[in-house]
Amino acid sequence: MAIHFTLNGKPQTVDVNPDMPLLWVIRDHLNMTGTKFGCGIALCGACTVHINGDATRSCVTPISSVAGKKVTTIEGISPDRSHPVQRAWMEIDVPQCGYCQSGQIMSAVALLEKTPNPTDAQIDDAMSGNICRCGTYSRIRKAIHFAARLQGAPAQASPAPKTGELEPTTVDVTAGGAE
Amino acid sequence: MSVSNTPVDRRNFLKTGLVGATGLVVGFYLPTRTEARAAARGVEAAAPSVLNAWVHVGTDDNVTLLISKSEMGQGVETSIAMLLAEELECDWKRMKTIFAPADKVYFDPAFGMQGTGGSQSIHSAWIPMRQAGAAAREMLIAAAAQKWSVDASECHAENGAVVHTASKRRLTYGSLAEAASTIQPPQNVKLKDPSEFKIVGKPTKRVDTPKKVNGTAGFGIDVRLPKMLHASVEHCPVFGGKVASFDATKAKAIPGVKDVIQIPSGVAVVADNTWTAFQGRKALDIKWDLGPNAGVTSDSIWKIFEEKAQQPGVVARKEGDAAAGLSGAAQKIEAVYHAPYQAHTTMEPMNGTADVRSDGVDLWVPTQFQTPSQGTGAQIGGVKPENVKVHTTYLGGGFGRRGWSDFVAESAEVSKAMGVPVQVTWTREDDTQHDYYRPASYVKLAAGLDADGKPTALTGRVACDSIMSWFFPGSIKNGMDSSSVEGLSDIAYDIPNILVDYQLVAGPIPMGFWRSVGASQNGFFTESFVDELAAAAKKDPYEFRRDLLAKKPRHLGVLNLAAQKAGWGTPLPKGRYRGIAMVEAFSTYVSEVAEISIAKDGTVNVHRVVCAVDCGRVINPDTAQAQIEGAVIYGMTAALKSEITIDRGRVVQTSFGDNPAIRMNEVPKVEVYFVPSTETPTGLGEPGVPPLAPAICNAIFAATGKRIRRLPIKPEDLT
Repeated sequence: MAIHFTLNGKPQTVDVNPDMPLLWVIRDHLNMTGTKFGCGIALCGACTVHINGDATRSCVTPISSVAGKKVTTIEGISPDRSHPVQRAWMEIDVPQCGYCQSGQIMSAVALLEKTPNPTDAQIDDAMSGNICRCGTYSRIRKAIHFAARLQGAPAQASPAPKTGELEPTTVDVTAGGAE
Repeated sequence: MSVSNTPVDRRNFLKTGLVGATGLVVGFYLPTRTEARAAARGVEAAAPSVLNAWVHVGTDDNVTLLISKSEMGQGVETSIAMLLAEELECDWKRMKTIFAPADKVYFDPAFGMQGTGGSQSIHSAWIPMRQAGAAAREMLIAAAAQKWSVDASECHAENGAVVHTASKRRLTYGSLAEAASTIQPPQNVKLKDPSEFKIVGKPTKRVDTPKKVNGTAGFGIDVRLPKMLHASVEHCPVFGGKVASFDATKAKAIPGVKDVIQIPSGVAVVADNTWTAFQGRKALDIKWDLGPNAGVTSDSIWKIFEEKAQQPGVVARKEGDAAAGLSGAAQKIEAVYHAPYQAHTTMEPMNGTADVRSDGVDLWVPTQFQTPSQGTGAQIGGVKPENVKVHTTYLGGGFGRRGWSDFVAESAEVSKAMGVPVQVTWTREDDTQHDYYRPASYVKLAAGLDADGKPTALTGRVACDSIMSWFFPGSIKNGMDSSSVEGLSDIAYDIPNILVDYQLVAGPIPMGFWRSVGASQNGFFTESFVDELAAAAKKDPYEFRRDLLAKKPRHLGVLNLAAQKAGWGTPLPKGRYRGIAMVEAFSTYVSEVAEISIAKDGTVNVHRVVCAVDCGRVINPDTAQAQIEGAVIYGMTAALKSEITIDRGRVVQTSFGDNPAIRMNEVPKVEVYFVPSTETPTGLGEPGVPPLAPAICNAIFAATGKRIRRLPIKPEDLT
């Protein structure tokens, strides 16, 4: 059955089992592997994409339900890592293994589109569906706050993030800490 | 430590051409442990036929470093490159890294094989990577000096170029690369004095981050090859069971299912996409021969542990006369501790991609251990190991799980049967239920205190599943698996009489290395029990530890730093409590102070964790900090959330619902402080984990007077 939808701004038609989750259509049928498989039951968030702008777990979204809708994947948020969330992620060096980060970024982008300057509680609400086993959570939080600032600046004037512009991290290579 | 004028054995420096590349290639050969021993005895080992740690300086000014370690998040791709760049004086922006193939020359001397684990990477790379960089730099300088007809001593290297210091004439490395390749490698290279370091010790951006923010980092599961099929394997749910018979009729009727085949580990459904392979598995009708373990439960396993622990075991450490020390004590404290099985739960489920052909095998695998992966491919493919190419991808988490090659074997088996490249993907449920788990452990501890509250003796009887009996049975000598007792037998506190013995348990549940290995459970036992001793001695737990570490400056250093930064002894808001712990693992010293509160329903909320770390010299402070931040979260999951239990010979837990992980809303403020040090760097991937559970449990004791002796912490025990 041919299913038509918009993928990263371009019309897309696939002819697959209508029950196949969007995740596997993206990964195995279209060979776009940026969106990840983590659990298959919407518990970990690794597969997060946007459907009509909403962060959605693609692993439990049958492709038939996507017909006529706009799908955005990690490959579609910018052509050149220029999205404020990507810039913030790079500035703060958020990823460790990186496997969950496509999903984290997609959740963060959706959050900031609806809530341009989120509180910590709003970040908790929006991001608690995304598991990171490397434990990058505190950097994700920091990067979301930083991306909010980047996003707030006028596009032309938005300065490239510089080391030192951020609030100091908690790292402290202490001089003479031991007694 | 001073490292200068390090003698470099001439035979260890060779040069050759990187296939298809022009320019300068410097290889550095790291002797294997056997060869190092031979050299120490004055026996000349066979000269290496190929090179280790290749450095290629291209005519395009790019410097390419082959990384023999697996990148699973620890940042080793960046920090190893930093070591090379420090001495090579190359332009960091022109530095490229690629993952090395599997080859004997990439063996880590610590393991005698190529692999990543034991928090070993930076420790192993510290000298050789800088020597390789320095040798290449000297050859480039010599080439420039020849061109200018000046003495090499009149030239220096900076930022990817050689400069004639007096005339300021300048040639880039790219323009010198071919000439440098004809220069005899230096016999001795002078390494920089650490005071001259420009890169080492400076926060440096990870080289992999740009690929990890736009979905282009290639993990194992992302490999796509022409004609590749997807497969997934139904495993016997009971450990040790096997397929008796199966009916694949319904599975084969699903459109897109290509075949259903039996392989040693189960029944594989091969399809044109992963989801269809998963659907095919659900349609299989398999009769299992459940084998001897179908009645095994967690309770039956604990019973074996308890019985084993009644009998003396193999001595792991003996100091003085522990029995006399106990009997003569003013006060005797006894406790029994349990730690459960834990799954690794990497975010990327196990997977492997293989192309098994008659002339050779290609493996695209997220492996921590390339040598066993290569051997697995050779065995299944019926080819020589040198005809097996291992393409190491990025690893979506490792934590020790990917030291095993079971997922490699499955991909090779299915590819061999199908005659095309095959990717085998595990479900999350497979990953949870067919792991090689962190051992369960049962420990009986006893200690004596004198009238002043000073310890007179400590005994520890460990009954624990043996990892090495699974991974490398040949290493078990006299029933001792040191990975089962590490973190207890090496207790650093000044106790005059110590006896730690071990009862090896060889049970049916598969065991593996889990982030921080033995210290992960023994650190919890030891540091909780030491807290019990402090309470019995009516002393402050920090001061009690401090008084017993007078002869251990590095342990004491992190303990003091953590206490100081945490404000130990200063008032806390109402309802907040602190606990402290200190563990050495893999020669890195970490002390953590956890600040907690306990909700009415018994939920433990961790608000702040202060970490003090002594890992010798810090290479990249930013990734070093990240490793400790991550270890705290990993340790929190194991302390507060997850455990693997067994019923009917199978794992009860299935996915993130019943094997939960810490999430964003539960994350404390984590502060990381490094003790300034000029010692040789040691690893950071693991040592942040062990102190976390005891720090939390000791804070719970401070809050409630209840001692947690069994993980994970259960809210119902705290109401």
